[in-house]
Amino acid sequence: MKVTYFPGCTLRTKAKDLDLYARRSAEALGIELCEPKDWQCCGGVFVSASDEIATKLSSVRALIDAKEKEQPIVTVCSACHNVIKQTNYAMQNDETFASRVNAYMAQEKNPPLPYAGEAEVLHFLELIRDKVGFDTLKAAVKNPLTGKKIAAYYGCLLLRPGKVMAFDDVENPSIIEDFIRALGAEPVIYPARNECCGGYVALEDPASAKKKSNAVSDSAKNHGAEMIVTACPLCKYNLVKNGSSLPVVYFTELLAEALGVKEV
Amino acid sequence: MQRIGVFVCHCGTNIAGTVDVKAVAEALQYEPGVVISKEYQYMCSQAGQDLIKEAIKENNLTGIVVCSCSPRMHEATFRKTAAAAGLNPYMVEIANIREQCSWVHKDIPTGTEKAIILGKAAVAKVNLNAPLTPGESPVTKRALVIGGGIAGIQTALDIADAGFPVDIVETKPTIGGKMAQLDKTFPTLDCAACILTPKMVDVAQNDKVRIFSYSEVTDVSGFVGNFEVTIKRRARYVKEDICTGCGLCTEKCPQKKVPNEFNLGMDNRRAIYIPFAQAVPKVATIDPDYCTMLKSGKCGVCSKVCTVGAIDYQAKDEYLTEKYGAIVVATGFNPISMEKFDEFAYSQSKDVITSLELERLMNAAGPTGGTLLRPSDGEHPHTIVFVQCVGSRCASCAEKGKEYCSKICCMYTAKHAMLIRDKYPDTDVYVFYIDVRTPGKNFDEFYRRAVEEYGVHYIKGMVGKVSPEGNKLKVRASDLIDGKQLHIDADLVVLAAAIEPDKSARPLATMLTASMDTNDFFTEAHPKLRPVESPTAGVFLSGACQGPKDIPETVSQAGAAASKVIGLLCKDKLTGNPCVAHSDEWMCNGCSTCEKVCPYGAITYQDKEFRMPDRTVKVRRVASVNEAVCQGCGACTVACMSGAMNLKGFTNQQIMAEVDAICK
Amino acid sequence: MENKNERRKEQILRMSGVNPKKCMRCGKCSGTCPSYDEMEYHPHQFVSMVESGDLEPLMSSPSIYKCLSCFACVDRCPRNVEPAKLIEALRLTVIREKGANHLLADQIPALLDEEMPQQAIVSAMRKYSK
Repeated sequence: MKVTYFPGCTLRTKAKDLDLYARRSAEALGIELCEPKDWQCCGGVFVSASDEIATKLSSVRALIDAKEKEQPIVTVCSACHNVIKQTNYAMQNDETFASRVNAYMAQEKNPPLPYAGEAEVLHFLELIRDKVGFDTLKAAVKNPLTGKKIAAYYGCLLLRPGKVMAFDDVENPSIIEDFIRALGAEPVIYPARNECCGGYVALEDPASAKKKSNAVSDSAKNHGAEMIVTACPLCKYNLVKNGSSLPVVYFTELLAEALGVKEV
Repeated sequence: MQRIGVFVCHCGTNIAGTVDVKAVAEALQYEPGVVISKEYQYMCSQAGQDLIKEAIKENNLTGIVVCSCSPRMHEATFRKTAAAAGLNPYMVEIANIREQCSWVHKDIPTGTEKAIILGKAAVAKVNLNAPLTPGESPVTKRALVIGGGIAGIQTALDIADAGFPVDIVETKPTIGGKMAQLDKTFPTLDCAACILTPKMVDVAQNDKVRIFSYSEVTDVSGFVGNFEVTIKRRARYVKEDICTGCGLCTEKCPQKKVPNEFNLGMDNRRAIYIPFAQAVPKVATIDPDYCTMLKSGKCGVCSKVCTVGAIDYQAKDEYLTEKYGAIVVATGFNPISMEKFDEFAYSQSKDVITSLELERLMNAAGPTGGTLLRPSDGEHPHTIVFVQCVGSRCASCAEKGKEYCSKICCMYTAKHAMLIRDKYPDTDVYVFYIDVRTPGKNFDEFYRRAVEEYGVHYIKGMVGKVSPEGNKLKVRASDLIDGKQLHIDADLVVLAAAIEPDKSARPLATMLTASMDTNDFFTEAHPKLRPVESPTAGVFLSGACQGPKDIPETVSQAGAAASKVIGLLCKDKLTGNPCVAHSDEWMCNGCSTCEKVCPYGAITYQDKEFRMPDRTVKVRRVASVNEAVCQGCGACTVACMSGAMNLKGFTNQQIMAEVDAICK
Repeated sequence: MENKNERRKEQILRMSGVNPKKCMRCGKCSGTCPSYDEMEYHPHQFVSMVESGDLEPLMSSPSIYKCLSCFACVDRCPRNVEPAKLIEALRLTVIREKGANHLLADQIPALLDEEMPQQAIVSAMRKYSK
């Protein structure tokens, strides 16, 4: 299976592990990750104002690339996934926005056909759930993570806005728990798993971010978790920076470990 | 050629304010067939009607046009007027120059022009009208009540009291419905069972009432006064007429792990069970999903312990067909699923419960014997948070919950809060509300007592998130009056879940051809003036199937529905609607399209002999309409490709004449 | 002046796509907001104050930079009002109108540490600057 893979800028710098293990795991699962040639940073956040056009063009370019290759576009970073998915939703549902974006795109050197949200946007976890299947994953596991109690940390970006992301039940998601189960470990369900870590506010109000992050890691610990798994570099940063007593790992690292491709 | 009279009504200034009624009367005077054209202040008044009667007699009129309000308003009035003057009532046409003209236009020239056009159309139609005579049909003097909750019970009792036989069909093994599950009732705090169970016994002992429990309606045909209903009696594997309800089998059954639906799954029952002590009929039922004897043929304990030999493992579903003159729908409600509201952690903690579950936890016959204990650990809860409007009053675009107010939650929550504070004074009770709605007799006083005498903390605001941490439920909520975000460590959270119509209502509505709103509540014939009748003749509404309502309201509506049924069953014959479909057999090509589109099953096909012009006899397949069943909807007339099907009183020719008159 | 405020309100409603009239004043947004304590004005106040055209106090309040855009209020609102989008529109209005960037590129190095992911910096620039 070939998919368009949008790594995002953080995966090239501070979150190299998230990327590296995603690539190794994909290979082990028979998925070929095809990076668009000149991808640009997604912008980190989706600006919800409908008259913001320029900041969303990089996502549109990546989406068009995937559409032209007739592949789903896959990301591992929660933030990139959120921005690209929301942009795609706006292209499908907001006519004014879409026509303005297409007017911009028509100015490019080799203008693409007007884009109307045709590409399928998948998070790496959705790719596993919907295209690979957790049963197949389970069968591919070489080193089951038996006995590990792992807390899935969704944060906000994967889930919300629920109508747009359509990732899972916003208040009671199960995809990462199912993923953890498939790897042979035991998921820990705790109420803060879909609460915010403080996000980018960490930059100018670290105290605010600390409060939110601690609430998450404390809740996970209180429910008996030994480890927190996340898909977001910023969530990981905030939890670790603010003194989470539990180790915080990327889901791709767990995946690579279970598939036996962590070290090559 | 018809001799037509035109009567233009001023309706005070309602019409005359925007329509020059004199000009209308004058203009219509010259239409073909019109011999007299008059205007008058109030045509519906006695004087107005007398004016029409005299004009009919003096001018030997064969048809009249009344330019007035909507036919919904006064068509019946003017038909009676015409009949009194010896004119066939179906020779009357109404031109609606009020709702569809004067009320929607602002200036006199436009209003007048349109009124004239509408009048001309009506005249054109009357020119083609023919006298019609309605048929008559007998009335089966028996009523069917679908649903055996308090609504159905009350309706059945009232109908039986008037001397008519009535059958109750209830899907559960017992009647009683939701009220049987309640602990106390507002605003008087009397025990629900104490006032309900005597009524259940009354129904059971009334020889005019038959109860078909554990049964459902599977087919309805016929029409008002003459319904034919098929009732499926599900196999309960216990002979109802033999079982004494001693309960021995329910004690000895080895299958103990069946979630008890009467206690909302908070405890278990056996595979053979009697839902609750006062069940009616008090007979056992075997749950085929759990009975090992039925599933694998191994067990038979209940049969061995039964002293009267009532157990019958070979029992099969039975169908019976019965005739009824009237049908009352009383299918009730259910709380909605809390699945889409998991910010309140219903699926994550046993100590987040719905209000109906709380009723069971406070009921002496409930899983805790009436002591309020936390489902998770059986401890007494000391801090209890009530969340109002969970799933009620949601915007449709929010794609979860219901748009309407569920109406009963404010009051039952005040009741719960008060009862808890009364019985357990060391408990802190918080009620988060958006509005407190108490429009009922003694209702607001009741709510104020909860606040002022019982010290319930009412907080204007909503709970945003419930987080189970340790043995506490951390509640994050807003207090809009104090301008604070509150953090409460609660032991129990109670959700006032929105209520919705029972799932059986939708398929039932299809069988009855009764209309429903977008929420699957049954629609009434008129929201104010005919609140207990469905628009489908002979079908009546009782209780929460028509909209959320509390017990006092349900009982009033149940009585009202019963009185409508009694009014119908008192009649020996019903006059039909003569505006029914009619097939021109010579034009019919036998294609069956009309048969397929008819929602009432009024059209059948027959092979008939026809004498052809060349004197041969030919057998042709042609449509024929059962005039008693036809409701005159006209679906067949539009579907008919050969133009054979016509609606009496609304023939294709008449309608085209109206259109021509408008377009001229 | 009044006209300017009206135009501004219209602009905010248009770019956010929010209709504050849908709000039934339940306060669930503020009941769920993780940044409530850091805010001077709270999500439900944003909704009602924008509706009444009381924009100035909101635009000059630090509250607009305290919203995490976590969208909990958006998903939990029973009336689909989407308060977070309104807050974002107000913040953008301030930045666009006054050119008053809340965060300048020059200020960033001092705020960084070794591990801070790019994502945070880019996001903050998007949220706080033009």
